[in-house]
This record gives sequence, structure tokens and C-alpha cells, in this order.
Amino acid sequence: MHWWLPLQASTFAKPIDGLFVAILIITGIAFVVVEAGLIWFIFRYRQRPGRKAYYTHGNNRAEVIWTTIPAVTVVVLGLFSNHYWVQIKGRNSVPPNAYPIGIHAKQFEWRITYPGADGKLGTADDFTVRNQLHVPVGRPIEVHLSSEDVIHSFFVPQLRVRQDVVPGMDIKAWFQATVTGDFELGCSQLCGMGHYKMRARVTVHTQADFDAWMKATQEGAGS
Amino acid sequence: MRKLGLVAVTMLAGAAALGMAGRGGSDEVSQGGATITGKVKFTGTKPAMPAIDMSEEAKCKAKYTATPHEEMVVVNPNGTLANVFVYVKAGLPAGGTYPTPATPVVLDQDGCRYHPHVFGIQVGQTMQIKNSDGILHNIKAKGVKNRPFNISQPSVMTSDRTFSAPEVMVPLECNVHGWMHAWAGVLPHPYFAVSGADGSYTIKGLPPGTYTIEAWHEKYGLQTATVTVTAGGSKSQDFTFAAH
Amino acid sequence: MTTAAAPHAMPHAGHGPTSFWRKYIFSTDHKIIGIQFLFVSLFFLLVGGILAMQIRWQLGFPGRPMPGGGILPETMAPGGVILPEYYIQLVTMHGTFMVFFAIMPLLVGVYANFLIPLKIGAHDMAFPRINMASFWAAFLAGMIMLAGFFVPDGPSRAGWTMYAPLSASAEYSGVSTGQILWCLSIVVLGLSSILGSLNYITTIINNRAPGMTWFRMPLSVWALFITAILGLLALPVLSGAGIMLLFDQTIGTHFFDPAAGGQALLWQHLFWFFGHPEVYILILPAMGMVSDIISNGSRKPIFGYHSMVFAIVAIAFLGWIVWGHHMFVSGMNPTLGSTFMVSTLAIAVPSAIKTFNWMGTMWRGNLRFHVPMMNAVGFVSMFVIGGLSGIYMAATPLDMFIHDTYFIVAHIHYVLFGGSLFALFGAFTYWYPKMFGRMMSERWGKIHFWLTFLFYNATFFPMHILGMGGAMRRIYDPTQYDFLKPYQPLNQFISISAFLLFATQIIFIVNFVGSLFRGKKAPANPWDDNGLEWTLPNPAPHGNWEKPPTVYRGPYEFSSPEVAEDYLPQTRKLPTDREPVLAPAAGD
Repeated sequence: MHWWLPLQASTFAKPIDGLFVAILIITGIAFVVVEAGLIWFIFRYRQRPGRKAYYTHGNNRAEVIWTTIPAVTVVVLGLFSNHYWVQIKGRNSVPPNAYPIGIHAKQFEWRITYPGADGKLGTADDFTVRNQLHVPVGRPIEVHLSSEDVIHSFFVPQLRVRQDVVPGMDIKAWFQATVTGDFELGCSQLCGMGHYKMRARVTVHTQADFDAWMKATQEGAGS
Repeated sequence: MRKLGLVAVTMLAGAAALGMAGRGGSDEVSQGGATITGKVKFTGTKPAMPAIDMSEEAKCKAKYTATPHEEMVVVNPNGTLANVFVYVKAGLPAGGTYPTPATPVVLDQDGCRYHPHVFGIQVGQTMQIKNSDGILHNIKAKGVKNRPFNISQPSVMTSDRTFSAPEVMVPLECNVHGWMHAWAGVLPHPYFAVSGADGSYTIKGLPPGTYTIEAWHEKYGLQTATVTVTAGGSKSQDFTFAAH
Repeated sequence: MTTAAAPHAMPHAGHGPTSFWRKYIFSTDHKIIGIQFLFVSLFFLLVGGILAMQIRWQLGFPGRPMPGGGILPETMAPGGVILPEYYIQLVTMHGTFMVFFAIMPLLVGVYANFLIPLKIGAHDMAFPRINMASFWAAFLAGMIMLAGFFVPDGPSRAGWTMYAPLSASAEYSGVSTGQILWCLSIVVLGLSSILGSLNYITTIINNRAPGMTWFRMPLSVWALFITAILGLLALPVLSGAGIMLLFDQTIGTHFFDPAAGGQALLWQHLFWFFGHPEVYILILPAMGMVSDIISNGSRKPIFGYHSMVFAIVAIAFLGWIVWGHHMFVSGMNPTLGSTFMVSTLAIAVPSAIKTFNWMGTMWRGNLRFHVPMMNAVGFVSMFVIGGLSGIYMAATPLDMFIHDTYFIVAHIHYVLFGGSLFALFGAFTYWYPKMFGRMMSERWGKIHFWLTFLFYNATFFPMHILGMGGAMRRIYDPTQYDFLKPYQPLNQFISISAFLLFATQIIFIVNFVGSLFRGKKAPANPWDDNGLEWTLPNPAPHGNWEKPPTVYRGPYEFSSPEVAEDYLPQTRKLPTDREPVLAPAAGD
């Protein structure tokens, strides 16, 4: 098992993992300061007979310090986060050359529609496969997410991408895989008794392999 | 229901009703009644059934040598139509009661398909739902007169359910495998049959009388016929469904 | 209005009703109502715990027959093997019982009722009969919720957050009666909370004793006051949403059904608009009581009292504008995501202020480690983890990865168990003598604390690791995913820790129940505290005071140089103290 984040398989992984590490450092410092302080106080100031505690109601300078430091930290964190957020999920974040794939979620399957040779969804050469997401590496993919019934969520841990799939909404999300390999797509929003079985295989191919797969599958699907 | 079942056991002692309850509830009816038999014919071009993509269900895929196809229309080699539910719709004496068979109807989920695809069952008779695949199936019954239910079977196991009201047909489906559909014809009496691999059906043990017989097909809908039988007699009644 | 001008109906101390039914069952005495809430909520805490054990069995040992599971019906666990639908019901009802029927009533139902009049020097609540109605409504709601297990198809299967349209349609969830019962129960519970909140607010504003100015109120009362305001404003939203959901299921409305023009996301907005203030309802009273206990245990005035009050108010205010952080990946406009991220990060600041002030209180103190103090310090150390792990989720890009994984499960349990429950174990022990006139066992209290602390961390800390690995929530059988299979030993470790954690609570139950009969008789002021409640006998009589007490100072005057003892009760008049003005204007 991993003790760390999963393999980095998309362009989102670096900024997201970087943010994770940055927050881990910040919160780690805060954690150590507080816990070490508590443990120190527990030993240093434990009750001793005949001693009286130091009588004070507080210190305004201390209040200002421990208000300001967290405030500045979270502002900086917010600015960094938002920078990446806009790149990942912003309204205009999908690269214009993204390859479209339709993903229709239903209890408890992923129906994945490929645009066929013309590279456009909604045309005659589209074809649909169940529970198999194939994508080419190194190319932005735009997934068009729709749901038949309830809310599902599209989640591939290695690609660091998650987007809820909401009935009545047409939601677009994008990602770009950076390594080839087999991963798993899981539903991460409770969608009923078969939620845990709503799993699809994700295969990241080289462009040539992807084209070959598409050709073979498209011919097979017509039979 | 349990009590009725026991009554049925006593009454039918010796009258073997093996696993084929789905195919012919009429097997269990006392001998000497009238019989209606016939073939369900099919005309026109046999429609192509979509292939089922089981590549993400290794356990099911391994059970097939050839690509499995959906079973919405199953045309037999002799040109007849299988999976047609034929039953007595009207004409039975008013107020008649019929014992509930003690033998369950077995609905098996094997190779990610339902076996049988279409079956008849009596009100109160046990439907034994069996998972032979050992992977998750859920069974959603979308009855209108019967209370809908939706249960799951994550492993090799059986679950028993019954239907409480006559209903032709109750659709059953699995949502994990969108292609899995089955149909249950729920009746208060045992006079029903499903056309088999040779397209024939037989309803046995009927009291003499004039009956409305209805044939139901998943895709091609309903057909009816009126048949009069005499005591111990036998009548033939064929149905023909046309491709469209 | 002062207590001197309180309604004439107010009973005098020691002259309460004498019949058993009026005294213990249909009581209007705030203390008895608090104790009623205590027993009922502890029962639901146990129910929630039993459900959690079954969840952990399935996650640690998926598909294996659960010991003792054979008693469950075939529709839930045939042969003791938990079915997926029952698993979802376990998850749903564990969350529901713990949030709505255990933690919330334990903090608010028990301690707002019990402590507010005692700590502000009032005879009782402003509206004692409404108070009784509030308890019985909560009890009824709990019974309706519990009934879900005994109807066909069992209780709701939509998760405690009840996301529509799964929750709105039996076609999708497979449950109809159980789902309707959930909605009904929540509506009745909402009524109970609204009645309770009105009462708490009115009592604090109007019934304070002479000299009990706003800034002489203990932080527990401040926290309960702000909590009551949150409850009064938030619960109607949940009740309204619950009614809409009920209508969708029963009379064919389509508020949440997109196919008929409804909006699936509407439920999430309504639920979390209630739900985030609810999170603070579940933690603010704990913070307040911990502040009281830490000051007492440190024998030192609370550090930065005014900052603490303002931090509570700030948390309560910001709590209203952060609900969207539950919805970063819901499909809501991403620009809103940025807005909610800012407000969510901002809420870290008052939490930090509180933590540092607790540490400031302990600094140069003379620390007495009685059981309440141990639990209070345990609260601070664990709440820090829960608070800091929240920052990971507040950062929107990172939330996209860890949302709906075990990271969030770890987070909420660090806040609600590590936070609220540790504070509650402290509070149970601290005010036990005031409730029952006896002390809980110090030795068993300490053993219980250490074992709980150990197993609690062993249970919930590894969930962060699972979450980092991408383990999704509410997954019946994690071994279905290849990438989660290697985590199974960790899941088993968590499950075994959880079983031990549950077993440890038997110590608490035995200590709690046993001390009722065999506990040491409580001295008048067992913790050498300054609060008004300790000027009364243990347990306090109906109506509390013959004559309202007079308050000369705040509640945290420990180790004051003016007296030889290391505590100085609020009611003790020193030569330098002036009599308070008898009738402070309401809301001064």
C-alpha cells in the first residue's frame, strides 16, 4: 500500500500535490507548535503544592500576533489555490483543442461515448462502450458528463480529477494524462446500493494505440 | 401463504413438478383437464440483437464462447418465437381458487443474464432469486399492482420473494448490468405457459369452457384468441407475430 | 428584566411538584429536562456506535458473516453477511443518529438546558412548558427515526446528507416508507430545536441574575447563546427542505427532480445552508464548556476572554457563508468555488485564536489533571487536527482530489469525536455531581480517557492515509477496486481499533451508571470552581435559588491575588466590590 498520494498521471497532479505538500508543511508547523506546547505546559505547569498560577487575563499583543499570522497565511494560501483552481475548473479552462468524450452515468454503469473518426460528438460515427474509458496520452480530454437518474461523481485518483455528474445538468470537465497505463474510474458520490460496483477501467494509450483501439472497437461495435 | 403452500403440497403429493414451474404452472394441475397447445410463429426478418459488452465483467464473460446478445427477440431455428407468455386471461369460473404451488420458481442470474428471461408465477408462489455469478447483481422489480422492490445480491446466494397481486407483466432488471431484463407474469391461477425453444406452448388441466387466451411478447405486444375446450379435450391455438 | 421581576408563576426553590410523573417525566424543571435529554441522547449515541461497528465489520472483513449478525433479518444481512443496501442504511443512520440525535442534543439539549439557568442565576428557563415540549418533540423525532428499521425495506438509503434525487425517489433508492420517516423525523426535530433555541435566547437575554452582565457570562453560556441563534436560524431551513423532500415523495411535487423541471443541486444548497451552521452548533458549545474546564483546571483566568467571545461570534457569522465548500465539485459555478474558498479559509482564523487562547490559559498555570481537564486538553489537541485537516479541503484544487474520500471522514470524526465527544466526556464528569449529587470514579475516568484517546487515534488517523490514496466514502466493498485492495490491512487495523474503541466505552457506561448508585457523595464545590451553579446544593432543587444570587465578577477569577484561595466565586463579595445596579436593561 501507499503511504503517500497516488501516481501522478495528469497535468493536474503536480500543482495539486504541490499544494498538498505546502499545506502539509504549514499545518505541520501549526500542529507541532500546538501539540508540543500542550505537552510542554502539561509537564512544566503541572500542579505543585503551595504554588499559585500566574494571574493574567491575557495580552493584546499576543492576540494580535496569533490573529495576524493565521490570517496572512490563509490569504496567501487562498491566492495560490485560486490560481490553480481557475486553471483546472475555471469557466474557460478547457483547452480549445481538447478531445471530447461523452460520459453518461446511470445506476450503476458508465456509458462512454467516443466521437469516432471525425473527432466530434453527436455524429453518426459515435460509438458507446460500457465501463471503459480509453484516452490518448498528452492530449487534453474534455468529458461531457450527464446522468440518467441520480448524482454520480467521476473520479480517477491518479488523474487527480473529480467532477459530480448531476441529472439535468450538462457538465464539462477536462484533464490531460501524462503517462500511459491502466487506472480505475470510480463513482465517488453515493448513488444507491450498487454504488461500490460503479467502476470503470481507464486506459491511457499512446495516440497510435488509441487510434488502433478506436478502429477495432468501432468495427466490433457494428456487428 | 405458508398455509396455502402446505395445502398444495398435500394435494400434489406425487404430482412431480420439477424446476420447470416457470415453463408450465399447468403441469401441476390435476390430470384429466382440457389442454390448449400451440406454436408461436414469427414472420418477417429476424431483428439483429445488440451484442452485450461483458469485457468489464470477467466472471460473466468467461461463461461464453461466442459473444452474447440481448434477448429482447429470440427467434428459434425453426422460425418460431420464444419467450412468449401465453395465459388464460378470462373465462375461468368466477370465485375459483387455485392452490399455490409449493415449488418455487427459480430465477437464476448466470453469466450476467436472467434464466429464464420470461416466466410465469402464481400469486404467493415463491420466486427463488439465485445469483450464480458471485458478482453484484441487484434485482429491481418495477411492479405497478405489486409493491416494487429492489434488492441486491453481492455474492453467490439466493433470496426469496413473492408477488401479492396478479400482474402481466412485472419487469425485473439489474442496474449493475444494464442489459439484464426479465419479465414475470403473475397470475392467480396456474393456466399459463411460455413458448420454448421450439416455439410451442401447452396449457393443461383446464376445466371445460370458453377462454380468452392472451399471448404477450416483450417487443411485439399482445395478441388474443378465444378457445373453447371440452372436458378432457385438447385444442390447438397458434399465434403469429410479425416483425416490425 | 431581572429575575426579581420574573413571572409570578416561577416556582420557589425546593417546592417543585412531588408526583413522580410531574417530577421526572413531564417535568418543567430545566435540570430534569437536561437529564432526560442526557439519557435519551446517550442511548442514541450507543445506537450510532453499534451501527458504526457494523460498518467497520464490513469494511475490515467484507463479505464475511458478522458475529451476532445472524439475528438480523434476511433483508439486511442474510446469514450475518451485510448486504449492500443494509450497508448504506448503516452509513445513513449512523450519520443521522450521531449528528441529530446524539451530538446535537448532548451539547444543546443537555447542557443548554442544564447550564444556562444555573450559570446565569435564573430560577428556570423563561418558558418551562415550551422547554418540556421541546424535549418531547425531540424524543418523538428520535422514535420516528428509529422506527425506520422496523418498516418494510428499512430506513433511508441515501446517506445522512440525503442528496436528491436519490433521496427523493423510491425508484432510485429502493426505500419509500423509511425515507418518509426520515423526513418526518427531521421536521419534528426541527420544531424541537426551534422551541429550544427560542427558550435559550430569551432566558439568557432576560433572566440573568443581578450583576451578571454580558461580559461576566461564562464562555459556555456565550457559546450556547450563539449556538441557539444559529439553531433558530438554521433548523427552519432544514425543516423546510425536509418538507419539500417529503412532498416530492408523497404528493408528487418535483422540487428536486430534474426530469420534471426541478433542480438536483437545490437540495445541496438548502441542506448545506443549514448544514454548515449545524457543524458549528456541534462544536461551539463544546468549545465553551472546554473553556470553562481549562480555566478551572489551569487555576488561571481564561486567556483573552473578549477575544474568545468575539471568536465565537465570528465563527457563527462566517459559518453562514461557507456552505458552498461542500459543493466545490458539485457542478456549481466554479467562480462561486473561489468565493467560498475565501470565506472557508477565513474561518480558520477564529479557530486559531481559540486554540492559542486555550494554550495561553494553560501557560504558567497550576494544572490540575482531573478527568474533565484531561478530556478538555484532549479536545484541544484533537480539535487542532480536525481544524487543520479542514484547510486541505478548503483549498479548492486539493478538494477536487480529496473530496468524498476517507480524508473527509477522518476530518469530520476529528472534529465531532476528537472535538465534541471529548468535550462531552469532560462535561459529563464535570457536571455529574451537580446533576446527581455523586462523583464519577476518578480512576476509571482516567483509564477511560487514555484508552479512548489511544484507540480513537488508531481508528481515525489512518483514515487520512486512506483518503490520500483516493479511497472513496460509502463504498460497501473496497476490495472491488484494484487500487484499494492493498489498503485492506489498514482497513482491518482501523476496524479492530474501532472495536476496541467501542469496547472502551463500556468503561464509561459502567462508571456513569455505577456512580449513580455507588459514587462518592459530592462535596458542595468539588472542582473549586467560581460558577454560580456551585453555590447550590448537589443536586440543585427545583427552582434553583430561593433568592437570586448577586454576581460581583466574571467566572474565571482563579488565583486572584486578592484572596488566599486559588479561586474566587462569582458571588463572593469582597470589601472592594460594589452592589450591582439591580435592574440592568435587557440586552445591556
